[in-house]
Amino acid sequence: MKPLRNILDRMHPLFKKGGRYEKFYALYEAGDTFLYTPGEVTPGPSHVRDGIDLKRMMTLVVVALIPCVLMAFYNTGYQANLAIASSDAINVFSSWRGSIYTGLGFSYDPTSFVGNVVHGMLYFLPVYIVTMTVGGMCEAVFSMVRGHEINEGFLVSGLLFPLTLPPTIPLWQVGIGIAFGVVIGKEVFGGTGKNFLNPALTARAFLYFAYPAQISGNFVWTAADGFSGATPLGALAAAPVAEGMKAITDVSFLQAFLGQMQGSMGETSTLACLIGAVILIATGVGSWQIMVACVLGALGMAGVFSVFGSDTNPMFAMPPLWHLVVGGFAFGAVFMATDPVSAAQTAVGKWIYGVLIGIMTVLIRVINPAYPEGIMLAILFGNVMAPLIDYYVVQANIKRRLARNAA
Amino acid sequence: MEHYLSLAVRAVFVENILLAFFLGMCSFLAVSRKIETAIGLGAAVIFVLTLTTPLNWVLHEYLLKKGALAWAGLPGADMSFLNFILFIATIAATVQLVEMVLDRYSPKLYTALGIFLPLIAVNCAILGSSLFMVERDYNLAETVVFGSGSGVGWALAIIAMAAIRTKIRYSNVPAGLRGLGITMLITGLMALAFQCFAGIQL
Repeated sequence: MKPLRNILDRMHPLFKKGGRYEKFYALYEAGDTFLYTPGEVTPGPSHVRDGIDLKRMMTLVVVALIPCVLMAFYNTGYQANLAIASSDAINVFSSWRGSIYTGLGFSYDPTSFVGNVVHGMLYFLPVYIVTMTVGGMCEAVFSMVRGHEINEGFLVSGLLFPLTLPPTIPLWQVGIGIAFGVVIGKEVFGGTGKNFLNPALTARAFLYFAYPAQISGNFVWTAADGFSGATPLGALAAAPVAEGMKAITDVSFLQAFLGQMQGSMGETSTLACLIGAVILIATGVGSWQIMVACVLGALGMAGVFSVFGSDTNPMFAMPPLWHLVVGGFAFGAVFMATDPVSAAQTAVGKWIYGVLIGIMTVLIRVINPAYPEGIMLAILFGNVMAPLIDYYVVQANIKRRLARNAA
Repeated sequence: MEHYLSLAVRAVFVENILLAFFLGMCSFLAVSRKIETAIGLGAAVIFVLTLTTPLNWVLHEYLLKKGALAWAGLPGADMSFLNFILFIATIAATVQLVEMVLDRYSPKLYTALGIFLPLIAVNCAILGSSLFMVERDYNLAETVVFGSGSGVGWALAIIAMAAIRTKIRYSNVPAGLRGLGITMLITGLMALAFQCFAGIQL
């Protein structure tokens, strides 16, 4: 490894202030710190410096996301193969991907594990590559012009965003979405740590409202042309009230938990999200308070709804536990709500923030017919309210301490 | 009762007067720098809206509406062209009255609100909700609920905005966007988040 270090060191003066390529310092710095631990040491009097920095934290989130990515490969391919194998009228969704797939010698057979994974990769990887290229370029241009470092936070946003998209999303929309998320959601505020909304969710919400046809409905969740398959939430919302939970025929609770159902690529598997949650909590990167509070809020609200029941709204019939395994709830609660930048910062505030998100998610799912799924907007709403929650928690604390000292 | 509750929820969240209709933007953008003042202005707006919307309803019902002057022997008269000018006069007069009463009986609150009280007279959210009230044919009770609900919605939006602006005060916003520019952007992003209520039928 020494020669590489030497090359980097020799290049360093060119990129320093006053060097020939000083404008590109951010790129040099990103490459250098990606390969090596930064060599900076504390100047002046010493203090304890923890080994965990932002880079390590973000990398841990990426590691925690790996189970979700693997599930995205498998389930996307599985759903597509299942649909194509079911009928001759249903074709492969995108012809070039189909040609590569059959060119590699695979057939549309849902029982072949490797085939499913490869087929899923053919949908996930292009979306991921576009996200990283477009988003990474926005990030790099901003860092060069504004003189801040390229931040590893983008590795996380850039992985979260594709996982929240349906497999059939057009690639140009992926590019527009991530550009909006990175620039308006994050970079106009000065980069990672200075924004107030989760950039990946901002990107998805932008696509959701700008191009609803490609990101909602019954045709987008399975990468097969002409196949209509609703997510369990969509199916239940559209069902007659009398039918209730019987409307979700093709998905059992176990399948929903494991993730064998329609949905955005990475969000279907609650199990994969749980593995991610264990990693995040064990390493102290994600706040368990927020995750638990989300679950409690959702369970409580869903409990209230299922106790009351309704004669006109089929969504009231969904049992509270089902709310946790369908849609993107687990994914959002584990990876999106716990974003340390946009979540509430105070200890009590985290509980309030989590419960608020849980309640809002179920509220939107059940009583807002405009959206079958609510986790995305619920988290964005939580992000908007988080600073206010923190403010009141701090004020209450100040008041309590004043009262204690006055006595 | 249920009807009024759903009307209140609609006014506060679903059709938030600021984030869905973008009314009352000027004071929202100008006075959202500090949470304390935002809370004061929010409270003042709630107060004035709860007072002026029903007042304007009475004016409209018994004076301005087509056929409203029947009690005076003029069943054919339609004075609704005076809506705007009379509504704004009511609002300005109410604000003035509130100011004097506050000054006399609660000088503490008066100094706390300071310049924001007179500013409310020109807040479009106040006139806006009076005009919505006319357009949607509310009765008096509905008007009271709608007026106060709009006020609460507006206050919620400005306080949340002030909290966000406090949170991002150390953010490195590009020079050209500092101040109003970034505030407008935040307003847009907040409206995006408030979309979660759009479409709720109660």
